[in-house]
Amino acid sequence: MLDWINQLDPNLQTDLWVITVGAMTNTACALLGCYLVLRRMSLLGDAISHAVLPGLVVAFVLSGSVHIVYMGLGALAVGMLTTVLIETLHRRGGVSEDASMGVVFTSLFALGVILIKRYGQAVDLDPDCVLNGLLELVVINRVEVFGYDVPRALVTIAPVLLLNVVFILLFWKELLISSFDPGLADTMGLKAGLIHYLLMALVALTTVASFEQVGSILVVAMLIVPGATAHLLCDRLRTMMLISAAIAVASAVLGHFAAVHFNTNTAGTMSVVVGMFYLAAVFFSPRYGILSALLRNFRTSLRIVREDLLGMLYRLEELAVPRTLEPREAKRAVGGGWLAGLALRSLLRRGDARRDAKALRLTDSGRRQATRLIRSHRLWEVYLVEQLGLPLDHVHEPAEHMEHFIGRDLQEQLAAETAETATDPHGREIPAESDSR
Amino acid sequence: MNYLTMIVLLGTSLLGSVAGVLGSFAVLRRRALMGDLLSHAALPGLCLAFIIMGQRHFAGMLGGALVTGLAGVALITLVCRFTRTKEDAALGIVLSTFFGAGVVLSSIIQHQEGGGAKAGLESYIYGQAVGMGRQDLYLIAGVSAAALLVVLLLYKEFKVLSFDSGFARAQGWPVLTLDMTMMGTLALVTVIGLPAVGVVLMAAMLILPGATARFWTNRLGPLLLLSGIIGCLTGGIGTLVSAGLVKEWLGFDPLGFGRSESNLPTGPVIVLCGTAVFLFSVFFAPRRGAIARLWDAVRLRGKIARENLLRTLYELGEPQLPNPPAVSLDQLLRRRAWKRTTARWLLWRAARSGLVQRELDGARLTERGLAEAARLVRAHRLWELFLIQGADIAPDHVDRDADAIEHLLTPEILSQLESGLPTAKLPETGVPTSPHTITANAVSGGKNAVGPPENEEGPLRA
Amino acid sequence: MSAVPLEIHDMTVAYHRKPVLWDIDLVAPEGKLIGIVGPNGAGKSTLIKAVLGLIPLASGKVTFYGQPYARQRRLVGYVPQRESVDWDFPVTALDVVTMGTYGQLGWCRRPKARQRRQAKDCLAQVGMEAFARRQIRQLSGGQQQRVFLARALAQDAQIYFMDEPFAGVDAATEQAIVGLLQTLREGGKTVLVVHHDLQTVRDYFDHVILLNMRLIAAGQTETTFTTENLNKTYGGRLTVLDQAAEAVRRGGFTR
Repeated sequence: MLDWINQLDPNLQTDLWVITVGAMTNTACALLGCYLVLRRMSLLGDAISHAVLPGLVVAFVLSGSVHIVYMGLGALAVGMLTTVLIETLHRRGGVSEDASMGVVFTSLFALGVILIKRYGQAVDLDPDCVLNGLLELVVINRVEVFGYDVPRALVTIAPVLLLNVVFILLFWKELLISSFDPGLADTMGLKAGLIHYLLMALVALTTVASFEQVGSILVVAMLIVPGATAHLLCDRLRTMMLISAAIAVASAVLGHFAAVHFNTNTAGTMSVVVGMFYLAAVFFSPRYGILSALLRNFRTSLRIVREDLLGMLYRLEELAVPRTLEPREAKRAVGGGWLAGLALRSLLRRGDARRDAKALRLTDSGRRQATRLIRSHRLWEVYLVEQLGLPLDHVHEPAEHMEHFIGRDLQEQLAAETAETATDPHGREIPAESDSR
Repeated sequence: MNYLTMIVLLGTSLLGSVAGVLGSFAVLRRRALMGDLLSHAALPGLCLAFIIMGQRHFAGMLGGALVTGLAGVALITLVCRFTRTKEDAALGIVLSTFFGAGVVLSSIIQHQEGGGAKAGLESYIYGQAVGMGRQDLYLIAGVSAAALLVVLLLYKEFKVLSFDSGFARAQGWPVLTLDMTMMGTLALVTVIGLPAVGVVLMAAMLILPGATARFWTNRLGPLLLLSGIIGCLTGGIGTLVSAGLVKEWLGFDPLGFGRSESNLPTGPVIVLCGTAVFLFSVFFAPRRGAIARLWDAVRLRGKIARENLLRTLYELGEPQLPNPPAVSLDQLLRRRAWKRTTARWLLWRAARSGLVQRELDGARLTERGLAEAARLVRAHRLWELFLIQGADIAPDHVDRDADAIEHLLTPEILSQLESGLPTAKLPETGVPTSPHTITANAVSGGKNAVGPPENEEGPLRA
Repeated sequence: MSAVPLEIHDMTVAYHRKPVLWDIDLVAPEGKLIGIVGPNGAGKSTLIKAVLGLIPLASGKVTFYGQPYARQRRLVGYVPQRESVDWDFPVTALDVVTMGTYGQLGWCRRPKARQRRQAKDCLAQVGMEAFARRQIRQLSGGQQQRVFLARALAQDAQIYFMDEPFAGVDAATEQAIVGLLQTLREGGKTVLVVHHDLQTVRDYFDHVILLNMRLIAAGQTETTFTTENLNKTYGGRLTVLDQAAEAVRRGGFTR
């Protein structure tokens, strides 16, 4: 079945394997990482990925080989040890949480570096590789599996990915509840503590399965960034997982091609790519992005200025001697600047106002909108005077602000909660509701 | 010790001390991992400076490192303020992506320049203190002096900022500027130390001294001083050990690393020295150490058990006062849920202190023991009376509470209790009669347990 | 200098663009003990924080003796709610109180003997001089509260703001605080206190401010602390204000 792959052009083969292994590694990390991000435990993932180093070396020393199973066990042991040590230092030792983390993982890492320098010569545990990984060389190390010739890294990461997926599916409810409310989880009999340790164990395992390809840095990036990005894009856990997996795969693809193009380290490129995904979400997320917020603000500001124009024209019509305004004067009256110009043009375009010789006049639709605005304004003034007891000369300005946010429902409530009155506190007529339809 | 080693020694000691001082502020403000972030975020800056300047220029590269490091910190603040992302995730994101960018740049440099550059940049990751030259030492000394000067000048500002930034702002201090100054100085110190100790381990040098010193003092000034000293010493000793000099001086190899030619990397050894001191403090520090606290707990339990023994002896012999009778072990065991061996041991200890006199299979209170027991019983019963009258608790429920509290009542509280009670209740001997009947069931176990009694009479109080 | 210690003019305060205090307009008389009273979430702490510039104002103006806060910081003392502090921080009670004198010192100057003496005096005024060298975690809740009061005293201000100083303290501390407040009043200082216990308002305060997202009433306790006003204050939220606030937050119309 996989024979056709071996028939391909060698470059394409390399591409395919690198991307596949990269995507699997990234996804394995990203899925677990969603929980780390939600539980505010991102740094624990960082700590474990650094701390497994001595575990690997000890496993090598004890077992005499770099077989993945021994490495995996070593990593698991250290992963558990790290978690336990941090917790003990924090709860029993009286050290703050961040300092506990810092002390434990840096000490273990220091131990690991010393052990590597001492014993690592006999084995290809190159310290440089530990940090950066060598995903480019993934096709070189091959093994035979079921008669097929595949990269060894695939055999390492595929079971771990599967394990992570199974774990998440199996414990979906428990993970969900214990992430949001560990106390509640405990009272419901779902052992939050057990889930926590299982999660950390899998993080350690995933870290070590990823080491050879991508080093410890990309592991941290892939644990945290896809989940954090997805967090900015959606509100449901299932969607979040899917999005983060997609991002993980996309980073693998784009990262690989970028690395080939710029002739640089693949793992590093992948982490830069995933960082850019995050940045994109920060700005462009439809619901939570910065630019979306700015756009919303701008639209609201424009609406407010537009309504101010309408309101002003209406008030001028109300005068005993009605007045009109030239467009220039109108723009200046609402504050001037490009926003005013934009608002006026928008009014004219929508047909809420028209130019009549040199003057601006309200059209029927414009007058209806203005009526609603004025009605809101004056009802609010009545409310402020009656319910909040504000003096007369203090109610106009707040009403100027609030009139833009009071819709029909709130108008009805205001009318209901204040005394029946046809005029506002200043004696001006409150437009009837029917006029603003 | 040769000249070069002396330079390295001076450099690492200086580095250790200033990192300890600045790092203490980070630790106190719960930002211990800021150092880790700064170290990782510095890599792209180093590489960019190298690319721009075309050669390995210490000061220039450190400048670049400072820029990207601080950019990372700024980014985290902005991200936390304007998005949903929480601080820990933001830290992890910036840390890993900046470092990834640095790795990318570094590999580009390697492809251009070849092996020499690679060695230079790898030393940044693991540290290579032995490469320290005189110029480097001058730079380190200069930066350290500047950093310490900042701390000295802005001591009270940093203190109020770290303790209560809201109050500092209300008092008129420019909190944001002060924060940036502190972070900036921290970044400077971090970046200076990177070539010597490497990325991951620089974070340790910032955290360990402060976290250690916290176990030994409760005041800020002494804490900073102590961190500086600890940092300096661990830096120096770590360097000596890794250079194999300790081996030379001692004449043997304390760590068991036999090969004399392969010196250990300095950074990790310094960190492990620091960890050793830290662990020592965690266990053996006088008041906050684990052993000290355990010892206090054990002593308290012993005190409580001894006092319970005296009180029981008194109560058992109360009808025959002021001549306390001999009380048998069995009587004691019926009253208190002790194991036989425990009871015997308590009696033996009390006898040694001269509080009881051993008799056959039991004991009798001595004069001193009687006085002490009377004091305890008085405290217990005063508290019971207070609970009944002042706190409206039913008489048959007060013994347990009093059992727990009486050991902690100071003379001031006791006299307050006395003055609060109507004097009619107090006999001339000073020991009030018990407000409830003392039966075998009414007394809880000697384990100072606070829980539902074995036999509950009457309705449970709400 | 205007004789009015505090004047709030049409102040609206918003959290994340959502108004939580509406159009507050009041004047605090000099040399009085003023209680700020209202249900949970009424915005009492928000009022103090906004006045002190810790939260930005959405609209309105606040003046202290006729000047903006930035010019009059020396005259204002603040005792925040107790939880906002790291109790493990290595400072003693005396250290904390000395921080109150930092405002007198310029940049880079250390507190000298004079400041330390001042701090010790303030500790004595709250009855805590024996605890000067204790690290703050070793103090009980009431003792901690008294230390923070002493810190405010050390600021030697003319107008004091206290956020729930009586919350969770023992009777002895409560009496000490009340005594301290009266001493302050005798010294001509103005004190505004966020208070949660309705039973003691009449005993402790000359003036009272009733708040529930908007000002219900403000004035002398005898005339203002009436059943009618209390009903208005505690009689549930004005849903209109809630809905309007939500609309502002969303930037659109109410539904």
